[in-house]
Amino acid sequence: MMKYFRTHILVCVDPECLSKGAHEIVDALNDELVATGLIDEVQVLETSRIGACAQGPEMMVYPESVHYAGMSVDDIPYIVEEHFLKGRVAKKFVLPIKSIKDEELSAPTSKEIRIVLRNCGVIDPENIEDYIAQNGYMALGKVITEMSSEDVINELKKSGLRGRGGAGFPTHLKWTLTRQPASDTKFVVCNADEGDPGAFMNRRVLESDPHSVIEGMIIAAYAIGASHGYIYCRAEYPIAVRTLNIAIQQAKGLGLLGENIMGTNFSFDLEVRMGAGAFVCGEETALMNSVEGKRGEPRPRPPFPSVKGLWEKPTNINNVETYANVPQIILKGADWFASMGTEKSKGTKTFAMAGDINHTGLIEVPMGITLREIIYDIGNGIRDNKEFKAIQTGGPMGGCLPKEYLDLPVDYESLMQAGSMMGSGGMIVMDEDTCMVDIARFFMEFTQDESCGKCTPCRVGTRRILDILERICEGHGRPGDIEQLEMLCKEIKQDSLCGLGQGAPNPVESTLNHFREEYEAHIHEKRCPAKVCKALIRFEIIEDACTGCTVCARNCPVNAISGERRQTHHIDPDICIRCGICEQVCNFNAIEIV
Amino acid sequence: MTSKNGKDHLILEAVDSAIENFGDSRGELIPILNHVNRILGYLPSEALEEISTRLKSPRSQLFSVASFYHMLSTQPRGKHVIQFCESAPCHVVGGREIWQTLKDTLNIEDGETTPDGEWSLITTSCLGLCGVGPVIVIDDDAYGNVTPDQVKDILARYNNSEAQ
Repeated sequence: MMKYFRTHILVCVDPECLSKGAHEIVDALNDELVATGLIDEVQVLETSRIGACAQGPEMMVYPESVHYAGMSVDDIPYIVEEHFLKGRVAKKFVLPIKSIKDEELSAPTSKEIRIVLRNCGVIDPENIEDYIAQNGYMALGKVITEMSSEDVINELKKSGLRGRGGAGFPTHLKWTLTRQPASDTKFVVCNADEGDPGAFMNRRVLESDPHSVIEGMIIAAYAIGASHGYIYCRAEYPIAVRTLNIAIQQAKGLGLLGENIMGTNFSFDLEVRMGAGAFVCGEETALMNSVEGKRGEPRPRPPFPSVKGLWEKPTNINNVETYANVPQIILKGADWFASMGTEKSKGTKTFAMAGDINHTGLIEVPMGITLREIIYDIGNGIRDNKEFKAIQTGGPMGGCLPKEYLDLPVDYESLMQAGSMMGSGGMIVMDEDTCMVDIARFFMEFTQDESCGKCTPCRVGTRRILDILERICEGHGRPGDIEQLEMLCKEIKQDSLCGLGQGAPNPVESTLNHFREEYEAHIHEKRCPAKVCKALIRFEIIEDACTGCTVCARNCPVNAISGERRQTHHIDPDICIRCGICEQVCNFNAIEIV
Repeated sequence: MTSKNGKDHLILEAVDSAIENFGDSRGELIPILNHVNRILGYLPSEALEEISTRLKSPRSQLFSVASFYHMLSTQPRGKHVIQFCESAPCHVVGGREIWQTLKDTLNIEDGETTPDGEWSLITTSCLGLCGVGPVIVIDDDAYGNVTPDQVKDILARYNNSEAQ
């Protein structure tokens, strides 16, 4: 029987709060509650993201809804005595409720629909009963007792769910293909190697609602006849790994995982595998190699994982978000799910908004919403009232779209046609001060670094592209560079072994398509229009504005600035290293970049 | 006990505990390497040799895996490891300045360790803390919204903890 507590204390254990001693707070609370004899009345729980980590450590007390922050271990005896013994709120540490802000996930705006993120920040991820209270594992019960494996796949087919890892392959088809081969062993794998820079939707789901993913995986295992599963989670997400392990233990404890699930003869075991820092492992065949304990290099396809996957056995691999959608589809029905989205892209998609936008963080929107709605209605526009310049969707293998595409509906096909892609859901918004050649160089640096080196087009081709881009940014661009880039992009796309190489040229291709004039300015005029590329800019002092205060000269690290006190100063461009310190320290806005 | 034996002992202990945790099958290689890397700070060749014997797998395979993943190091690292997130979201909100400040402050380049063995500086792929970029992680502590002025103070916390 569940124990009854009159009060629950939820202590935030996010990285930031942990670094401020959240675990010590938990220990101190428990010690003090034991000492005061309240330990059977007040329960201390760990949670994530209450929302004021900056003022942390922090904790929430329910049912009173009192938010404490900024206390130290030494303050705990006082708080326990005041609040839990005497019933008086310890005002000194109370944060007003209105100031609660989740830096990653704010309250949904009217344009959002929360399905995958519905439990995030609402339930205690380390308590399976919280999940069950939100109809958790009801879909599994329904599947196991009322539905055949064909029924499950048909329901998914009707729902129109497609892979949320980015490629958008129909989920029911993948499941069918894995179900078909006759094999005594099959695997279900969850790709939680969310490596795209700027994308942290999956991390949030794993840390805040791990059971939704686990439940989706069990249903998949039932549908395809698998008895063993792996969640491959990247090592950069230690908290997600921990939460998942706790969740799996709890599910096993209740007979929802393991032998004879819910008393039936269906058995499924699940374990977490941690990566070791390799972006390419997000590619499904590389991921399988990594699970097997090998170098995470991709395998040629075919054979596809559904035929020969992990240890040569049929394997179904889906993304975290795909699995998290499954229980909801089973519970609420395919028609409900298919009522959201566009003709070919159904349901919702989570995105992580980053860059020069007012509201960064996670959102979940129905498919078909426009980029403009996402940026301006949900994201509240561009920071500092600047101009929108481009949005990068689809991660490092995606493309940059300019303002002409603001009214593009966000679905798999539209983004692909525009020269970008859905990807796993990172969106980086860039303002007018961004140099698109520099951005292309930046992404190329990333893919070049992450190329596993197995196939030549990707290994050598990305290096060549990066060399050319670096040359252009350094002011040594040559006529013919653009054409050469285009040729390289085409060939790398065609000839690479896996999605990493095939997608690597996208940032370059899309910026060449939409911002060609910037490349031309760099190459032909040796000019960086956004004034970012250091080799192509000069710092100058505006004579009329300069008061001769000497602040710039005193702060210049290379003594490139000369001039007498109260006389106009001068920057020697040959000595100047373009560090920009003079511009930051000048009180009279007398330094300009030309 | 000589220091050589002391080191061997530490390595054996680390390998023992990894194999106790994960078993000795070849499929568990990455969890085992992660575990040993975490305890020792890197994977000394003696450790790889020991693991190779226990798993009955050729050393060449182990080295090929150990050298493939960013988080596994075959070189000794400093007492504190600073991981700098080099991803785009951190890059566009001022990551470059933080990176420069770190390099200038410690006077080392990417992947290097300070001569006194205190600090190693490495880049990491996205840590998923993009909402609070730029982000650096020192040992297990994450720092968000870092500004160049804060770098010195943050580093000082680690020096202080030793002084006390």
